[in-house]
Amino acid sequence: MNLALGDDQQFFQETTRKFLEQEMPLTAVRALADDPAGFDRGWWARGCDLGWTSLLVAEADGGGSLGGEGVLDLVIVAEEMGRLVSPGPLAPTNVVADAVSRSGTPELRSAVLPGIIAGDVVGAWCGAGPGGGWDGTGGGVTARRDGAEFVLDGVSTPVEAAVRADELLVTARTDGGVTQFLVPAGAAGVAVEPLGSVDLVRRYATVRFDRVRVSDARVVGDLDGADAAVERQLQLAIVLQCAETVGALDRVVEFTLEYLADRNSFGRPLASYQAIKHRFADMKMWLEACHGVTELAARAVQDDDPDAPEIVSAAASYLGDHATEIVQECTQLHGGIGVTWEYDLHLYLRRVTLHRNLLGTPAQHRERIAALLLTDQPEAARA
Amino acid sequence: MPDQAMESVESFRLRARAWLAEHMPRRPLDAPPPDRAEDEQTWIDDRALQRKLWDGGFAGICFPEEYGGLGLTIEHQHAFTEESLPYEMPLHLNVPNFSILGATLVDYGTHEQKSKYLPLLLQGKHQWVQFLSEPTGGSDLAGCVTRADRDGDEWVLRGSKIWSTAAMSATHAMCLARTDWDAPKHRGLTMFLMEIHQPGVQVDPIKQVNGSLEFCQEFFDDVRLPPDSVVGDVNDGWTVALTLLAHERNAVGGGSPYVSGRNYLAEGADGARDLSSIALVRARGIDDDPVARQLVAEAHVLDVTQRGLVQRVTLGMGNGKLAGQAAAITKLFTATSAERKTEIRLTLAGTEAVTWPAGVETLGREAGESFLERQATSLAGGSNEIQRNIIAERVLGMPREWAADRDVPFRDVRRNAMPTAPSGA
Repeated sequence: MNLALGDDQQFFQETTRKFLEQEMPLTAVRALADDPAGFDRGWWARGCDLGWTSLLVAEADGGGSLGGEGVLDLVIVAEEMGRLVSPGPLAPTNVVADAVSRSGTPELRSAVLPGIIAGDVVGAWCGAGPGGGWDGTGGGVTARRDGAEFVLDGVSTPVEAAVRADELLVTARTDGGVTQFLVPAGAAGVAVEPLGSVDLVRRYATVRFDRVRVSDARVVGDLDGADAAVERQLQLAIVLQCAETVGALDRVVEFTLEYLADRNSFGRPLASYQAIKHRFADMKMWLEACHGVTELAARAVQDDDPDAPEIVSAAASYLGDHATEIVQECTQLHGGIGVTWEYDLHLYLRRVTLHRNLLGTPAQHRERIAALLLTDQPEAARA
Repeated sequence: MPDQAMESVESFRLRARAWLAEHMPRRPLDAPPPDRAEDEQTWIDDRALQRKLWDGGFAGICFPEEYGGLGLTIEHQHAFTEESLPYEMPLHLNVPNFSILGATLVDYGTHEQKSKYLPLLLQGKHQWVQFLSEPTGGSDLAGCVTRADRDGDEWVLRGSKIWSTAAMSATHAMCLARTDWDAPKHRGLTMFLMEIHQPGVQVDPIKQVNGSLEFCQEFFDDVRLPPDSVVGDVNDGWTVALTLLAHERNAVGGGSPYVSGRNYLAEGADGARDLSSIALVRARGIDDDPVARQLVAEAHVLDVTQRGLVQRVTLGMGNGKLAGQAAAITKLFTATSAERKTEIRLTLAGTEAVTWPAGVETLGREAGESFLERQATSLAGGSNEIQRNIIAERVLGMPREWAADRDVPFRDVRRNAMPTAPSGA
């Protein structure tokens, strides 16, 4: 948790935590494991009543944040969802809401945003392409103009929440660059094929576009010039993912510490062994570092910081390497119970493992950073 | 100073920018870290630079106004540091001089001590070091056996201290000594502020692995200390030492308000890019090597993460949401991250780290020699193992280790013999 929350944010955090603890405890999460959508739309709409999908939407469009910093507010929700490995399309729907609110036409904003805010409309972000196109630039879909329409062809995968989505924000190659379209999930030619997933309740799918016709009123942002918007969406999705991860880590570290204090071995609590204390001290350091770099990344995205690409990738890389390590270490410290289905630890391991690889692996993010660092001249480097 | 009278950070920044440009010598941004502190001239230069800061009204930005400082906030200090990056600064004086010892005197000195010493420190007339570790043990600091015995009003100091930075060119030291042998170990200690160069004090340099003579060992043979040299209360020196150590962790971890200018000890914490690995990659023409790219980025990730961590921990300790001992987290991160970054530079430099044109300072040589002292940050200022104890026991509340010397009169505690000065010295 960010250590400088204001009163409004604190209240928002407590309300969200209470709601999730009451309406989506881990038993309820487990019950959704075989549900095709992985979440209940009624539950989602009740969560949206708390503001889960309005924080990045402009006030003129019916949205609003707590103190003018919607990304930082949304990070609070993501952390709370991480604590309870919650289901629900938090990141994709908010990415779509943010994009449409920032760059959609007035008609599109009024057609889509009220439903997203109310929780009736679910968004999916079709940025990833087949063969590892994880960075949102949409290698897998092309769009060509045909009169007042565009025709989309290709594949986007993996796409979160596509199975239950109403609106798809699709990144496509156009003649002059990259363009984004908001495509109704029910449009003719859209096919959604569910994928398996390491997570119990987050659902992914391959979305195929076969001569899908989209009117040019559904272009979001600049024709042929969506690169900066796509980069922003990627950053936003990664920051929310990192925030969920640190929320999950907080909870795992809490209950592992309790377990070590309660569990005795050779006549004394496990927590009293220096070998374990020192390992836990390292984990605490990694955990606080994960929080710190996530907060830095959230701030950078909130402020549209020119250094946001490298800061966000630093967060993704650091968390990718350390979050799974923390949970694996906690599994080790639990002993055999840690690798059973009945014990909740694996729910967390699943979520942080998903996040380790979904929006770029640590190595891929390091390559992104290297490209940024090594193309800069030293004189131009920030002092 | 009442809030409404405090200069805004932006105004302070602009004033600092103009003053620095006019008065301080320039220094390239990608210049290597300043020379080792072994050279007398380094300290003369730094004290002269400090005097310039004092004369210009930019010394002791976060020190109390009453004692010669400016009484401003850490944001003012950060603004000044950012502006100071292209200039020579008296960086050696930051640690331990200002950020550890000056800071401790602010907390525990009497009004008279602070009035007397802090202005001299801020003017660059004084240079302080810490006499804490002993040859008998460093991590078990409270087990110190250097003794101070009362003689009338005065104290008589006997024993030895070690790992003091540049004690030969320093003027004063904070010295922890045992003053009650019947009390348990933590309750019989007193902190003294002493002059170094006086009868009975012998200062010997220690040559380190990399050839550096930066550290010293001192021997005390009936050194007489006046009554007003006690800092804090007699036999309450451990409280003062704990504060001193917390300041040290904070300084090395990158969160101290008393560090002015770039903090190479906590590289990355201030947002400055570590250019050394990038420079190595460019110099060797391996920009396109995928392994080199991964390593450069990994070093950068550690720097960015450290910056976020330091901001978080500083904020949390400031508003009470994190335990005061949480500085151990930043200290451990800084040390382990420095180890890793040293390794990265060694790898990037390849053969150039282990062989180089004779007599030439090269990036490769720097990488190789840095590796030889890789553990330095993990040992200085409380070893990584001690930080892990602190995090486990004080931050996480895990059970404390059993200790044979707890609640036992110190004279009955099994310990190492007090060393004496080498004969013939």
